[in-house]
Amino acid sequence: MRLEYQVIGGDFQAAGEAAAKIKRTLRQVGIDAETARRVAIVAYEAEMNIVIHAYRGALRVEISPKKIDVCADDEGPGIPDIPLAMQEGYSTAPEKVREMGFGAGLGLPNMKRYSDEFDIESEVGRGTSVRMTINLPAKGS
Amino acid sequence: MRLRDVVRILEAQVLTGEDRLDEEVEAACGCDLISDILAFTKARMLVLTGLVSPQMVRAAEMMDLAGIVFVRGKKPPSDIVGMAREAGLPVLCTSYPLYDSSGLLFEAGLPGRCARPPRHGGPQDAP
Repeated sequence: MRLEYQVIGGDFQAAGEAAAKIKRTLRQVGIDAETARRVAIVAYEAEMNIVIHAYRGALRVEISPKKIDVCADDEGPGIPDIPLAMQEGYSTAPEKVREMGFGAGLGLPNMKRYSDEFDIESEVGRGTSVRMTINLPAKGS
Repeated sequence: MRLRDVVRILEAQVLTGEDRLDEEVEAACGCDLISDILAFTKARMLVLTGLVSPQMVRAAEMMDLAGIVFVRGKKPPSDIVGMAREAGLPVLCTSYPLYDSSGLLFEAGLPGRCARPPRHGGPQDAP
């Protein structure tokens, strides 16, 4: 099963709607609460990153029998130094975003923390792709 | 502690979630940063906050929180309450400030238990 949502940079009104829809769909198709929560957290963080930093992007979720893959691809300024961006507390979010309660520099590390697999690629001037996998709990556990 | 007890202790107004007041709250967290809610809270926690924002509701929904208490008499506008209603998330508001609200609930037996801040992102910190 595949889900795909377009995300518009700077649209703080709609921000988070894609992640909310993903979470509700996962629960409707019988994904356990803890896995749905983990997917929702990484999807929400990824969606907010696109809204805050990029021009536009897409959030894609693929549900397979053993795992859930979440991909966030954006067209945006890209990240010049990924190891630096992965450091907790490092943020390039503008002041108005910080006033909304974001931009503490915890998003990317949090996405990695809640994923079983995490991969990020970026090209300056083009955009950023984040791929995350969350394994489903073994049946009967 | 049940949500109903939180309402009584904080003399709070229930803006939405009246049908969920008998649910248990396991712990609480005082927080004015959405980034911190996403990084440090656990499922079924109650968040006390002075930050009135639709993203507070979104983050709470994503984290499976037990509810939100807006402190210092801050009252979210109807669109935020509507979002919470749609998400099935209880929302309360109290005139007590954040520190007082936290103290009253802590004294009544509701613990903190925020997840430890992640140190290295290793598996020992995985939720």
